Amino acid sequence: MNRTQTITQRAIAPALLGLPVLALAGLAFTTPAAAQLAVRGETVYTMAGAPIRDGVVLLRDGKIERVGPAAQVGVPSGYRVLTAKVVTPGLVDAHSVVGLAGLLNQPHEQDQRDATDALQPELRAFDAYNPREELVGWLRGFGITTVHTGHGPGALVSGQTMVVKTTGENVGEALVDSATMLAFTLGRSVGANYRTPGTRAKGMAMLRTALLKAQDYARKQNGPAAQRPARDLELETLAKVLDGRMPALVTAHEATDILAALRLAQEFKLRLVLDGASEAYLVIPELRAAGVPVILHPTMIRPTGEAQNASLETARTLRAAGIPVALQSGYEGYVPKTRVVLFEAALAAANGLSFEDALRAVTLDAARVIGQERRVGSLEPGKDGDLALFDGDPFEYTTHVCAVVIGGAVVSEECR
Amino acid sequence: MLLLLAAARPAAAQEPVHVFRGATLYPISGPPVANGVLVVRGGKIAAVGAADAVTIPAGATVHDVSGKVILPGLVDTHSHVGGGEGGDRSAPLHPAVRILDTLDPQDDGIKRARAGGITTVNVMPGSGHLMSGQTAYLKLRNGRVVTDLLLCRDVLREVCGGMKMANGTNSRREPPFPGTRAKSAALVRERFVAAQNHRDKLRRAGGDASKAPARDLELEALAEVLDGRRQVHFHTHRADDILTAIRLGQEFGFKPVLHHVSEAWKVADQIAAAGVPSSIILLDAPGGKLETAEIRLSNGAALEKAGAAVAFHTDDGITDSRWFLRMAAMAVRAGMSRDAALDALTLAGARMLGLQERVGSLQAGKDADFIVLSGDPLSVYTHVEQTWVEGARVYDRANPAERALAVGGYGVYRGGEMHTAEGEWEDAQ
Repeated sequence: MNRTQTITQRAIAPALLGLPVLALAGLAFTTPAAAQLAVRGETVYTMAGAPIRDGVVLLRDGKIERVGPAAQVGVPSGYRVLTAKVVTPGLVDAHSVVGLAGLLNQPHEQDQRDATDALQPELRAFDAYNPREELVGWLRGFGITTVHTGHGPGALVSGQTMVVKTTGENVGEALVDSATMLAFTLGRSVGANYRTPGTRAKGMAMLRTALLKAQDYARKQNGPAAQRPARDLELETLAKVLDGRMPALVTAHEATDILAALRLAQEFKLRLVLDGASEAYLVIPELRAAGVPVILHPTMIRPTGEAQNASLETARTLRAAGIPVALQSGYEGYVPKTRVVLFEAALAAANGLSFEDALRAVTLDAARVIGQERRVGSLEPGKDGDLALFDGDPFEYTTHVCAVVIGGAVVSEECR
Repeated sequence: MLLLLAAARPAAAQEPVHVFRGATLYPISGPPVANGVLVVRGGKIAAVGAADAVTIPAGATVHDVSGKVILPGLVDTHSHVGGGEGGDRSAPLHPAVRILDTLDPQDDGIKRARAGGITTVNVMPGSGHLMSGQTAYLKLRNGRVVTDLLLCRDVLREVCGGMKMANGTNSRREPPFPGTRAKSAALVRERFVAAQNHRDKLRRAGGDASKAPARDLELEALAEVLDGRRQVHFHTHRADDILTAIRLGQEFGFKPVLHHVSEAWKVADQIAAAGVPSSIILLDAPGGKLETAEIRLSNGAALEKAGAAVAFHTDDGITDSRWFLRMAAMAVRAGMSRDAALDALTLAGARMLGLQERVGSLQAGKDADFIVLSGDPLSVYTHVEQTWVEGARVYDRANPAERALAVGGYGVYRGGEMHTAEGEWEDAQ
């Protein structure tokens, strides 16, 4: 661990006291002790316009103050200056399980999926997130500053997800959004993990039954006080998905399962985010018609099981079809225990996705799909001071990440 | 500048001659050659060198590969492609078990490996045993049956691979498997002592069949290890387990190739001092199991600095054979020299399999195993364009059906769960 500074967040107390979770969303990071910082890059990819040659990014009080060519943006006195060949926004991993699924792969630190029931929407990600987990630091070292993490695939509904910065000594310090999406899975993998559903059709029937029950619950909750049902954590969470407060993150790899996800979203008017999606290239017209963003599987996913038909070119195919696409590190059941989204984007860039589109898939487009584009994903004034500094083309394996900045604080200065 | 002329044997008239010119050649046995020429006659390399130093034979098929890069075919020292099996749960040691009896030349993994530029592979049974069986050295020729791919010519008489061993946690199970590390070492030592006794009885019997002990497949295979005819490939992760593997070798007079060697960075000097080579894997993250919690991307650099021999392996399906070149690039990222990293993909691995006279470098007289790359071997943007084994092209990215083997897509792979079920992964890594 090379963290030189921590980001503090004073307002975690409400969550710990059981106050409404959504109140935590959008809380600002503050770095009262952070020195002001200027980052100068031979090339600065802002993701908000053309790359800037010899660009400067000024960071003040943890936020981006100014961005522009060095000729136009002077460095005020008192600013520490970092330089790099290439500067990008801090990378955004659109879907991971780090912090819940620990490095050792031992039962005591595997919290990404509970095996007692296939349908558990009430499980909150921040009740299980470990910000000191070594894999969080591992990702941070490769320039990943924001992660959408939480409950993983493999259950009909495994629980909720959250967005964190890859820093902080406790969950409150790391939190960006405490309840981001609800994680669903459709496909054969669910049947292998639970007694029921034993088939995919049964899984759909169980989900539809639960959502109908939640519709009824929500209707009664909004009805006369005397008829309101007792509070039910499971139905309360599903109601948030039904009324659009929480998107449904549906992991589905085979075309059959992707279409089932679209059908479910249509029936219940869910805000669907498709995840995994190995065979997405088979159902492009349907995805376009539904206007669904895709958090695509890691490019290097093993082509076996439900991902047997995965292609290195799917990111390119989706992008060309105008479908929003972000990349993810995903869930790994064995070795290596996580992937690194920087490398997944690199291989996508080597297989037809343009350099800037690949970079977008792990910065601004990833931020959009997780609802955090106002804070992260591009270098624009007012956004969080999150940057990654490289000594060459970020996607080349032999390039190093030589500094990582989160909320205006330099959290890593070791070339990796 | 290199000038390695063809062996002075008269070429058979019908042998096809291929010439590749214009590429940057990485012979590995020497420095890179810009604008080089590679001459292939039949299944062998006839000449390799700079354009002005190699004569292009008349009648040759000339391939203009200007701007491309040619490397020797990659040597994967540890893989599970081919769907092979090793010993079962009846015992912790299975020296008589041969993976070659179970290999499938049509396996997806073999096709992916060709697309990744791999031409020579040591396919091994898993690590869930102290000794899971005999490994097989393969050439990834376009073969119909397993013997088309084996490096040995005579399965019944030759040693066709190494011996897979493992220590640490994977081989610790319910009895009859060992429950501790010390017990693991003792079980191994007992079998090697038995093999020594068997060998001594054979020697005392001289040629007299009536005095010779009864044939014993297990002890015969172990005797091949004792005699240095069968290489031990020793899966080991933790620093203390690494030293145990070396110690067992010293007691019984063999030098194992250490495999994985996750904590090599802790004991690199001891590994170098023992003169034992390491076949390592680099992973995108540590962990996934207790023993790899401290694996480092800098293991290659640490071993190189210590002066120890290093090769890479895919451990396919732990890492995919299609991105074996990436292993070298990641090692360079973590401090290994470029030369050592390219050596570790090719010639170093050939040495660890005892095949350095045949494969691993671009030298006249060696097997014509090479790959044509679109650019720098360490660049993410580089693709393997062609893979050649013994003078025959076994992968061509220009052919859409073969390109699909690199890229994937609907129905490209047969899939199946065999190599990816978690239990099998545990055995693999």
